Amino acid sequence: MDSLHQLHHIAPAATLLVGAAVVLIADLASNRRSDVQWLALLTLVVATLMACWQVLAGLPGESALGGAVIVDVFGLYFTFLLLAVAAAVVIVSSDGLQRVEQRGEFYALLLTSTASMVLLAQAQDLILIFVALETTSIVQFVLAGIARDDRSSEAGLKYLLTGAISAAVLLYGFAFLFGLAGTTSLTGIAAFVGAGAEETRLAVILAFVLVAAGLGFKMAIVPFQAWVPDVYQGSPTPVTTFLSVASKAGGFAIVLRIFYTGLGGGDTFVSEDWAKMFAVFAAVSMTFGNVAAIQQTDAKRLLGYSSIAQAGNIAVGLAAVAGGSTLGASAVLFFLGTYAATNLGVFISVIAVSKSIGSDDIRDYAGLLRRSPGVALVLSLCLLSLTGIPPTAGFLAKVYVFNSAVRTGQDWLVWLIVVAVLNTAISAYYYLRWARIMILDEPRDTLTFRPTLTTSGLLMLAGAGVLFFGLVPTPLIEAARRAAETLV
Amino acid sequence: MESTGIVLGFWLLSGVTVASALLVFLSRNLLHAVLALVLSFLGMAGLFVTLSADFIAVAQVLIYAGAISVLLVFAVMLTPLASRDNANSLFVLPGVLIGAAFAGIVGFVAIDVDWPELTGKAVLGRDFTTTVQGIGSALLDPYVLAFEIASVLLLSALVGAIVLVREDEPA
Repeated sequence: MDSLHQLHHIAPAATLLVGAAVVLIADLASNRRSDVQWLALLTLVVATLMACWQVLAGLPGESALGGAVIVDVFGLYFTFLLLAVAAAVVIVSSDGLQRVEQRGEFYALLLTSTASMVLLAQAQDLILIFVALETTSIVQFVLAGIARDDRSSEAGLKYLLTGAISAAVLLYGFAFLFGLAGTTSLTGIAAFVGAGAEETRLAVILAFVLVAAGLGFKMAIVPFQAWVPDVYQGSPTPVTTFLSVASKAGGFAIVLRIFYTGLGGGDTFVSEDWAKMFAVFAAVSMTFGNVAAIQQTDAKRLLGYSSIAQAGNIAVGLAAVAGGSTLGASAVLFFLGTYAATNLGVFISVIAVSKSIGSDDIRDYAGLLRRSPGVALVLSLCLLSLTGIPPTAGFLAKVYVFNSAVRTGQDWLVWLIVVAVLNTAISAYYYLRWARIMILDEPRDTLTFRPTLTTSGLLMLAGAGVLFFGLVPTPLIEAARRAAETLV
Repeated sequence: MESTGIVLGFWLLSGVTVASALLVFLSRNLLHAVLALVLSFLGMAGLFVTLSADFIAVAQVLIYAGAISVLLVFAVMLTPLASRDNANSLFVLPGVLIGAAFAGIVGFVAIDVDWPELTGKAVLGRDFTTTVQGIGSALLDPYVLAFEIASVLLLSALVGAIVLVREDEPA
């Protein structure tokens, strides 16, 4: 009975799950597609209100349900981020899901996936982390294949196979952590690692390498990046949007939770080891992603490689570990916040263009400025932000992440930043080429078009977000800083 | 590992488990691979017995050696288009190399590290005689949320399976 009284600690996730069930049932009763869409949106709004209530009721700091979850600023930061992304995907799905027949199931699965990622951000126990992670993954395999044409099925299958392997790797890592600490609770593991038994060093290193590699699948960093281009290209675009923003944020959330809460952040005998591991992951991911992206002509495939490269940029923040500081973690959080606005802008533009001209080929974006000025402007702005050019949010995010690395005072991190800056130059080539094609090239077709009212609204919001966080970053930085501080 | 009987049993069962696991990917015939997998599951169940995890051992036999292998056999039988062989692949050599390297690393770590004795909670929870009791109360107390989310996982897997394979309604 005790558990029932603690349900309000997981109110947002529980709301989403109830909403998913209601959507499934309502889909049977109603024939109109927009009904279930409204229901899904309503669920997300109620879940957001629940999260707001958690903030106002002063819950942050309490752990509940046998220590499996904690309500803290970190979890709430990701809860709001994930809910906002899910809402954007639900709204834009009326434009981007022509190929999908089973709308009710789509929304129900989307809500389930969001719910388990919200739980993941709150989780404090390896078993819950694993179960929530697998729920998210399995739902996303289905979402990737939901259009049921050849491309989409291929995406679903490839995603499933890579996902299965990475889950096995992750579980192996968890088994080592449990074998060492004798408990699945992150605080218990922190106590073990904090004690710093030198004779177990190798085993701890093996455990966290396996954990990081397994979670690399969610974050889309090398060596578990192989699924990204095919899945991004083959999935329906709203699903790709969800994967590239929400799923990636969820992956980084749980990595931060495990490495800061479970492995003690910068203050233990293995801190420098895992900092170096993430530095290698970061360097390899950004180089691989950027070099491979250069030759791409399909917008979604290019964004897939771009997503790998950006994961590398974010991972610089993971490598920026210093004793007694959570600056690196807060840089990751800030980057993810700006990245959400930026990537939503890019993907919603791609959906709007694809709906009107029926193509995802970048060459077909020629002269978009004259055909649909609004979309072209927002897309160009977001591409500038992905490159990291002021005054956009992406610029500040990069500066913040690199700054956090410099502040650790480690010499080898300077090399990582050199690699990152070189990579920014490479990425500028393909991001700006895309923008140039839109602005300068002659359109092949002079027919103008306008996105629907809701899509325009979302595009304006995303564009405004990219500019706002670029010009007035303080509120988001402050939130990220406070969220990171609750980790240790 | 008190008595020689247990130690002997452990090594014997380990041998059976690993050898049949190797057979799974060495045999060309898919059905033989499934049968070897069953043997591997049974060996694993035996290993659980040597660790006094009686419930897990029984569950392993019932679910893995019983249900899942029957499912695999049916899947092989009911997909007439699929070939019954382990397919050839270009990646055999890299796969074997990576696998061997990984096994080497894990083996080295397992031998090199001075593993700590279990302490705290893990030991305190050991005062039950049958593991069923311990597992039951663990599922309903500290792990109740994970237990519930597992059912969400199963439900969404079911919904997902229907979504992916349902025949389209005639227009």
